Amino acid sequence: MATTLEPPTGEAAPPSAAPSQLGLERDAERAESRRGFLIGLPSLLYLVLFFAIPLGIVFVYSFGNRSRTGRTILGDWTLSSYERLFSSLVMQITGRSLGYAILTTVVCLLVGYPFAYYLATRPPKVRGILLVLVMIPFWSNLLVRTYAWRVILGSDGPLVQVLGAVGFTDVRLLFTPFATILGLIYGFLPFMILPLYASIERLDFSLVEAARDLYASGWEAFRRVTWPLSRPGVIAGSILVFIPSFGAYVIPEILGGSRTTMLGSYVVLQFLSARDQPFGAALSMAILAVMLASALLYFRSGAKDVG
Amino acid sequence: MSVVDTGSGAGEPVSEDSVARPRRAVERLLAGNAWMVFAFLYLPILVLAVLSFNDNRVVGIWGGFTFRWYGEMFADRNVMGALRNSLYVAGISTVVSTALGTAAGISLERFRYRGQRAYDGLLYLPVIIPDVTMAVMLLLFFVQAFDLAGALFGIDARYGIGTISLSHIAFNISFVAVVVRARLAGLDGRLEEAAADLYASRWKAFRKVTLPLIAPGVAGGALLALTLSLDDVVITSFVAGPGSTTLPVYVFGLVRRGVTPLINAVSVLMLVASMMLVLVSLLVSRRQGE
Repeated sequence: MATTLEPPTGEAAPPSAAPSQLGLERDAERAESRRGFLIGLPSLLYLVLFFAIPLGIVFVYSFGNRSRTGRTILGDWTLSSYERLFSSLVMQITGRSLGYAILTTVVCLLVGYPFAYYLATRPPKVRGILLVLVMIPFWSNLLVRTYAWRVILGSDGPLVQVLGAVGFTDVRLLFTPFATILGLIYGFLPFMILPLYASIERLDFSLVEAARDLYASGWEAFRRVTWPLSRPGVIAGSILVFIPSFGAYVIPEILGGSRTTMLGSYVVLQFLSARDQPFGAALSMAILAVMLASALLYFRSGAKDVG
Repeated sequence: MSVVDTGSGAGEPVSEDSVARPRRAVERLLAGNAWMVFAFLYLPILVLAVLSFNDNRVVGIWGGFTFRWYGEMFADRNVMGALRNSLYVAGISTVVSTALGTAAGISLERFRYRGQRAYDGLLYLPVIIPDVTMAVMLLLFFVQAFDLAGALFGIDARYGIGTISLSHIAFNISFVAVVVRARLAGLDGRLEEAAADLYASRWKAFRKVTLPLIAPGVAGGALLALTLSLDDVVITSFVAGPGSTTLPVYVFGLVRRGVTPLINAVSVLMLVASMMLVLVSLLVSRRQGE
């Protein structure tokens, strides 16, 4: 407000014409803002009704009580659902989900980085075709792609038959941690590759050449130039793999067993069979908190990279 | 390790070869990794496709080539009913979320107003929230909304195509808005200004200049919405009522009970549908590039 007294730059209108013109401009600006707001209003209302309010309802439910018949009692508020988050069973399932999600992210990064690098350094025509080949599984139905592994890993599936022919009989692959993590990697690997590809492809390779000219070894040039410059892609890809892996439901449900239960399945269990909605709501809030924390981490680091 | 060995072992002509050799070895490793990734991504799909033509009830044992399972699939009332539900929901949610999401994208990218950052945050949340959490949110919301509708207006609301469509729109708006915004951000704002300078009305400038320019983005967003709607299992299974299951939810129920030739055929059908959508979206993005 104080700046109006003393225009800091020379581009302000001549002082004599200033008051009325400024007023007009301000009016026009205001009308423009209002128009922009009105254009966005329908979606805003929709998201408030079908997203913000539901989120609030889950929050309220998480403090609710559960009657003996499984009905939720609202009004008699309690923190017991949150206390139960620290029970040994929940801690075990959370630890497992975290472990699986981290392992999935690391493997995806280790496999995806060289892959994205290879893709980004091909001639443009080849690159286009290879990129399409990555996009196809990315857009394909996750449920069906996971089901394919159930067929392959099953007890009469091709893989077990091949292993049996080689001499490994009595191998059980399905419903194991191995199958679950394999499914997670298979499902979310494209989420790692695409952001990595985007940031490596944009990279200025003359910088790498300059490093080589200054007698950096290949490894040194990679560590000091390529890797730091592709970091936004690494972070974006890791977040995009970690979040869905951590909250996964479909994949562990199809490929995992009772000893590989992940947090997503445990939440669904509270609603569909255990009928303990307050506890399920508290679990959902906890997942949401982890998700928001990692997303915040992403935006924080992204801001640093831009600056 | 072997990379270093070959480099120093053949080291007489120091000049170019010693540098080029490890590079070539790294190159070969990269190519090997790439082919393995492609095999990993495609072999399971290929195996599934082959087995869908297997004339044997036991999926793992080859019994000759047949179209039988595809015939059974098209004759199966449950599958066809679920498919019809899926198409209804995907159609409704794509149309509505494309209109709403495009408006939201334009509003956030081209205008400045108070409270915009909060709106921005709200718009991004559905993109990053896990399916399970969103499913729980919508389930409890509809429980409360139905209670309220019953108490206030005596309406007996039910779960069904309506609740599924409303839920799909809720997550699709955000995805459409993100895609449209990306397209708008890459556009030259001066084109719209030029149209305004040439005395085009706001609406006319929008219709004749902005809309054609963002059309590929809108189409891309719509295709993404369509794909997400056709793929969703978790949210749909929470808000579906009896008789309103979609194809993925129905297949998910079957899959949990085991592997059958019928599921193989339905799966291949769904894969072919997604691949066709990819091809369409590629054609669209090619136009976007021009």
